Amino acid sequence: MLRPIFLLALLSAGAAHAADFEAKLAIRDHKFDPPELNVPAGAKIKLSIENQDATPEEFESTDLNREKVVVGKGTITVFIGPLDAGKYHFFGDFHQETAQGDLIAK
Amino acid sequence: MLGTGLLVFREVLEAALIVSIVCAATRGVRARGAWVGGGIAFGVLGALLVAFFADVIAAAVSGVGQELFNASVLLAAVVMIAWHAIWMASHGKELAMQMKSVGGAVQSGARPLSALLVVVAIAVLREGSEVVLFLYGQSAGGAGALELAGGIALGIVGGVAVGFLLYFGLLGIPMRYFFSATNWLMMLLAAGLASQAAGFLIQADVLPALGNRIWDTSALLSDASLLGKTLHTLVGYDARPAGMQLVFYAITAGVIALGMKWWGSPAPMKSRAG
Repeated sequence: MLRPIFLLALLSAGAAHAADFEAKLAIRDHKFDPPELNVPAGAKIKLSIENQDATPEEFESTDLNREKVVVGKGTITVFIGPLDAGKYHFFGDFHQETAQGDLIAK
Repeated sequence: MLGTGLLVFREVLEAALIVSIVCAATRGVRARGAWVGGGIAFGVLGALLVAFFADVIAAAVSGVGQELFNASVLLAAVVMIAWHAIWMASHGKELAMQMKSVGGAVQSGARPLSALLVVVAIAVLREGSEVVLFLYGQSAGGAGALELAGGIALGIVGGVAVGFLLYFGLLGIPMRYFFSATNWLMMLLAAGLASQAAGFLIQADVLPALGNRIWDTSALLSDASLLGKTLHTLVGYDARPAGMQLVFYAITAGVIALGMKWWGSPAPMKSRAG
């Protein structure tokens, strides 16, 4: 029963939905740039995160229910939303002392 | 050292909780230690490989390789747990009776222990690869060997200790109900893993979310808290689940419950239910 679901998941991989809005975030010296990122509420967002540091980081947000490793000098894409207006906290799991930020949807 | 220890602890905890349930479910099985130990060893090896190839995995399948990889190994674990739980439902009663009569030494028989080895290996691999990446970053960032070793030791000891607590707590369940209890726990564990897999597929935009937040209980019990994290691993607790996660959870729990009922019931029931 589970295998067909998985196959379905893989098959639909080709038909990924486009995002309404693209946002960019950088990680530099274990900090997010910008630390506050504005995005439109109610839109599906494609968030690209570029790690300019040489060491890996994990982009994580309990508010957004997202987590993804980004290797040193790597870039990842995470799909988010559509979000209600509000503030959504995110952090770098590997450098929590400095890597903190917020997504502001409005 | 404390920061390092805390991260290692969180990752080790998740794997340790799963290993504890597997250990409880294989209570009395001969050479169980070798199976679980083998799973951990494969998991550590896999974690090193995954960490080493993290950039390759991340770049695969137009940038969503990491999510597909996570979802795939999670669903593989789900299938293994389902197989074992359904097998146990049909053999659990004899096992419990055997254990009573021969005082704990039970043959493994045809039991699918390899399925549980895979589950343990996957749990260790997933959490372990994050630990390896983190530690690599720490050491590249100039953290001292002593600080890292101390943090690793703290984290592993802490995580394993909680795992043992859970294991001995489970052993307190009376033998009559023991295997059906561990079996239901395995079912909830599998449902939770399936829900996590759905989360990754949503993150990769492979599956629709079907509602981003069906409910929000983060004020009551946050995913980031120790209890929230523990329940997240054990029964798939999510403070803000997406609709698709609930669908995966319900289907997995439903299929395993039906399978256990179907094969766990006395023979005459089978022909009627067909």
